[in-house]
Amino acid sequence: MNLKKNGILARLGLLLTMVFLYAPILVLIVFSFNNSKSRTVWQGFSLKWYLKLVGDSRILTALATTLEISVLAMLISTLLGTMAAIGFFNMRKRPRAVLMAINNVPMTNADIITGVSLMLLFVFAAGAFNATLGSVLGFELKLGFFTLLLAHITFDIPYVILSVMPKLNQCDPNIEEAAEDLGAHPWQAFWMVVFPEIRPGVLNGAIMAFTMSVDDFVISYFTAGSGASTLAMEIYAMTRKRISPEINALSTLLFVVVLTLLAVVNIRSAQQEKLAEKRAAMLRQKN
Amino acid sequence: MRKKFLAVPYVVWMAVFVIVPLFLVVGYALVNRNGQVTLDNFRMMTQYWGAFVTSFQLAVIATLICLLIGYPVAYWLAREGANVKRIAMIAVMLPMWMNFLLRTYAWMSILENTGIINTFLQNIGFFNLYNGLFGTNLTHFSMINTPGAVVLGMVYNYLPFMILPIHTVIDKIDPKVIEAAEDLGAPPAMVFRKIIFPLSLPGVLSGITMVFIPAVSTFAISKLLGGGMTLLLGDLIEMQFYGSAYNPYLGSAISLVMMVIVLIAMAVMNHFGEGEGEAVYL
Repeated sequence: MNLKKNGILARLGLLLTMVFLYAPILVLIVFSFNNSKSRTVWQGFSLKWYLKLVGDSRILTALATTLEISVLAMLISTLLGTMAAIGFFNMRKRPRAVLMAINNVPMTNADIITGVSLMLLFVFAAGAFNATLGSVLGFELKLGFFTLLLAHITFDIPYVILSVMPKLNQCDPNIEEAAEDLGAHPWQAFWMVVFPEIRPGVLNGAIMAFTMSVDDFVISYFTAGSGASTLAMEIYAMTRKRISPEINALSTLLFVVVLTLLAVVNIRSAQQEKLAEKRAAMLRQKN
Repeated sequence: MRKKFLAVPYVVWMAVFVIVPLFLVVGYALVNRNGQVTLDNFRMMTQYWGAFVTSFQLAVIATLICLLIGYPVAYWLAREGANVKRIAMIAVMLPMWMNFLLRTYAWMSILENTGIINTFLQNIGFFNLYNGLFGTNLTHFSMINTPGAVVLGMVYNYLPFMILPIHTVIDKIDPKVIEAAEDLGAPPAMVFRKIIFPLSLPGVLSGITMVFIPAVSTFAISKLLGGGMTLLLGDLIEMQFYGSAYNPYLGSAISLVMMVIVLIAMAVMNHFGEGEGEAVYL
């Protein structure tokens, strides 16, 4: 959309919204450098929370669990989700609509309901196993890393499907046929012709899945049992007593990493856009 | 190759991890500790009527505030140049990368009785001036541990979910449509009322959905900013699964009722917006 430019009031409104969104983040970053445990009184600059962080195995273990779960969930859900999207796309309208509706359930349901329902499933399944096969084998199932991973994959896949589907819709169905007519094996036709077309959607889905997994607290809280703990769960446990400024230090570091990544990606894509524009302009001049 | 069979693993997955768990919730809601089928869980729920009312009230207020702030922001963003727009959109999404519990916790530092706002007002002599003028004995504003603080926490956490879908929709409006209206003599207010607003409704609907559902079911925000004074549905459900009140049967019943109410509310809302197209998801 192209409209008249904003007046001073609109600019002020935007600025105030940004202040609102960033005020607590600023507080958090500033107090990660505080020379005391206080989170309201400034007592001088210090890096001690960053140094303590390096030696805090509990927080670092939680960080590692979060990253492991997020990466594994991202890989599996991208694979399953892309396969499912291609499968759905090649179905008739009715079954596709039904399956897409079920696919939307974890996204539209409140997180707490997804979490609670999965917890019931895992507790139920583990109980049934332990009472029968488990007691014979002398082996007990408990909620932990594995159930956490299953839960994450479950809420990640819908995002992958939703970002791959539009790309499949944009894809010209004739190009795959053309490739096969020219002698490509169906697999070759897929990898060399179709996949490059849908790749941006697959990548976007993978990024969204990773983001959702890193960010999740509620579903993890209900499905991890006592066997595993993510960063968000550690933070929640701390809020009941007192949050250690080490967590502020860690969040500041993660925030800076994300900020840098986003800046690099965006500067690059802005440069590429400019280049493309220049080329287009040159072509127009030639003609 | 029959490509539709590629969907088989995920269809099985959905059956096990989406459908079966929901049936388990229904099943648990309908039995008691001894495994007998009963409606007692729903009867017991009536004593928590207050939590239902508070949750829906606070979530509706938070959703309205998000709409009142989010709509103009999304609209103003669409009127900025490409560069400002790109940076501003990233700026709206970036806070989501910092754990929401920590950001909410930072609001505690800001709002507390000895927190940043109150200390600041103290230091600039605001309270002395105020007490001198009105003859009161005010030492701080009580902001934390109030329902207002919980609403602020909801608005803060979910505002991006309102801004993003509305912005996406407004940004896609064909400028020619607006120019045509202007050429035909429509004043700016009319262009907004007759063109921009109706075309942005799908974004508004999905924004409302994306704010209302997490707001009505939140359990961490109310614990941090409400100080346990405001019992919300999310807290109530969590208590039944992890708290001293351990009763997954009652917890399932509360979850089920909340889910049904939310589904009905969303169906009604989408029905009213039907002529304007379905809600969009990001």
